[in-house]
Amino acid sequence: MTARDTDWDGVRLHVVTGKGGTGKTTVAAALALALAHAGRRVLLIEAEGRQGIARLFDRPPLPYEERKIAIGPGEADDGRDPGGDVYALAIDPEGALLDYLQMFYGMRSAGVALTRLGMVDFATTIAPGLSDVLVTGKATEATRRKQSGSPSGFAYDAVVLDAPPTGRIGRFLNVSAEVSGLAKVGPIRAHADTVANVIKSPQTAVHFVCTLEEMPVQETLDGIAEIRGVPGMQVGGIVINMARPAVLSQQELKTQPDLTAMAAALGAAGLYDPDSLAAALAEEISEHARLIELADREQTELESTGQPIYELPLMAEGIDLAALHKLAAELRDQGAA
Amino acid sequence: MSTQNPRLDIDRIIDDRRTRIIVCCGSGGVGKTTTAAAIGLRAAERGRQVCVLTVDPARRLAQSMGLTSLDNTPLLVDGIDDQEHGSLHAMMLDMKRTFDEIVEAHADPARAAQILANPFYQSLSSSFAGTQEYMAMEKLGQLRRSNEWDLIVVDTPPSRSALDFLDAPERLGRFLDGRLIRVLTAPVKAGRPFGRVLNAGLSVMTGALTKLLGAQVLRDAQTFITAFDTMFGGFRERAEATYKLLQAPGTSFLVIATPEPDALREASYFVERLDEERMPLAGLILNRVHSLTGSGAGGARLSAARSLAAAETLEAIPNGDAATASSAGYSVTAAALRLHAERMNLGERERRVAGSFMSTHPAVPVIEVPALPDDVHDLTGLRRVGEAFASIDSS
Repeated sequence: MTARDTDWDGVRLHVVTGKGGTGKTTVAAALALALAHAGRRVLLIEAEGRQGIARLFDRPPLPYEERKIAIGPGEADDGRDPGGDVYALAIDPEGALLDYLQMFYGMRSAGVALTRLGMVDFATTIAPGLSDVLVTGKATEATRRKQSGSPSGFAYDAVVLDAPPTGRIGRFLNVSAEVSGLAKVGPIRAHADTVANVIKSPQTAVHFVCTLEEMPVQETLDGIAEIRGVPGMQVGGIVINMARPAVLSQQELKTQPDLTAMAAALGAAGLYDPDSLAAALAEEISEHARLIELADREQTELESTGQPIYELPLMAEGIDLAALHKLAAELRDQGAA
Repeated sequence: MSTQNPRLDIDRIIDDRRTRIIVCCGSGGVGKTTTAAAIGLRAAERGRQVCVLTVDPARRLAQSMGLTSLDNTPLLVDGIDDQEHGSLHAMMLDMKRTFDEIVEAHADPARAAQILANPFYQSLSSSFAGTQEYMAMEKLGQLRRSNEWDLIVVDTPPSRSALDFLDAPERLGRFLDGRLIRVLTAPVKAGRPFGRVLNAGLSVMTGALTKLLGAQVLRDAQTFITAFDTMFGGFRERAEATYKLLQAPGTSFLVIATPEPDALREASYFVERLDEERMPLAGLILNRVHSLTGSGAGGARLSAARSLAAAETLEAIPNGDAATASSAGYSVTAAALRLHAERMNLGERERRVAGSFMSTHPAVPVIEVPALPDDVHDLTGLRRVGEAFASIDSS
């Protein structure tokens, strides 16, 4: 273990949500990588069967099975840090149901028969909260799982859950409320209560991924309010994804660019037709200034929540493994992991 | 930028009186709702009698159309330009209410009340994953049959996959009409006409289900199915009828995507699926493109590499060397060049991503809509989006 404190030291289950299009899966993967250091084992779970994790790590589709997919970075300034391991699991309700039946009743074969007849669809249909309970159940089971011989006593030092989007996160996590209407007593209810005990504890934090645009920020604020409204649930950090680089100072953004000086500079740099280029660049600066102004306004909104905020840069080249490692390093540097 | 794909001509589609339904689909977060509203507004201002149906629970359409609330019935949108005698209505789907209305329309009051109070019905009508899609289609069918509008623009439900819109209604129909639910919800009696083996298998399964869900849930489902069954013909037939509406001439599908790999992958699936189902694809709207074809077009000829090189040159000139005024000009210019390089890189990446979609689907008409710095709040904003559809590259 490194001695360095992070913002989420007591947290073992990191739930990552965000509006569609904000890069939720990417951030979840980067967070898992960031957490996987000093020999730690991290499990990255995908809750909504899109195989986004497999694509990010450039792997074939993941089965319903915990598999090692990446090695976390060691500390650059500490040669003794061997890095850690990231495992991945893609959960689908069907697999989770079979797992559940096996684990609690030893009824795997009945489960397989159920699947073949489309009964899983049936069961999750007549009890819509059921599939959420099964998915969160699997995540909390992995979080609680013990393993003798591991330094922490747990099979995984941290679990990162790539959860459903912000709009559905409250319902997804508030499992006991969700099934209470349907299953008042009985095994699934008891299961939901166990799940809730983990989710509504300081071991779990819900992180929000968002971009500095109006709708994602509004959804983030709504989501945070929703999570805060459930006793015991903990809001984690806000990750501002695809942040624009601050290449110009506030002062430079506010002042009208001096076209003559710019043209002179462009000429000095050896560029052809500096005058029209200067005009074009000035136009780009003013567009950029407008974006920054809007982004600043949204950032203030996010800051008003008082939650820790992390910023990840836009990866203009797209997201590959190298980019994921860069994002992970950012998260580590900023204290998120 | 230049592609060999034909250009998607939205105005031709909305001006064609034979176009009666436009379905906007795509994965979440690509701007479907705004696009649907913008198309609706543009069509209305070009003389159509338009109704925009949105299924998005975020009430965004309501905001952008200046309505404080959207009802389960279409409301007239004020403030449009009606010189061409068009009109615009907008409504937001309330799936539970739509479901309730079907029940109330088809059952006598006592039976309807019984169904509406059933816990199984309540969860089915408010949270089953396919209900929203089913009810969206149902509502679309109702609006179309009412003949009050000559163009209906639908925004599909937010789901992880665009295909859900096509698949979910069928799934709900199949589920409710399925033999499985009938067999399972029927009380197990001795001497039923099942084979012994099936019977044994069934009891294992009902056992598993009872363990999982509790007996009460199964009983509620059974009561519901019995009450519902006698009420009206199959759910599946109903879903199929609306599905046919989508295959009929007069329906146009628009696929919306941002120039991101995930969004375009979904778009690709959807395009292929429409083709399989013989549903008419009008084209792809590539939304929020960061290109340099707009106001800053003059900079487009300066590549990212040359821009960065120039920035480095300027940064390498020692500060004390030049007069203070020009050195300040150097640093701003260097920053502007770096900004420009970022922009070119992003644009380049988007073109690469979009290019791979287009080379796989060379016949799909495409239009690019530039990224707007501000979110759309009002009709003016929507109108601006609509104008972006129409702007014709003079090249």
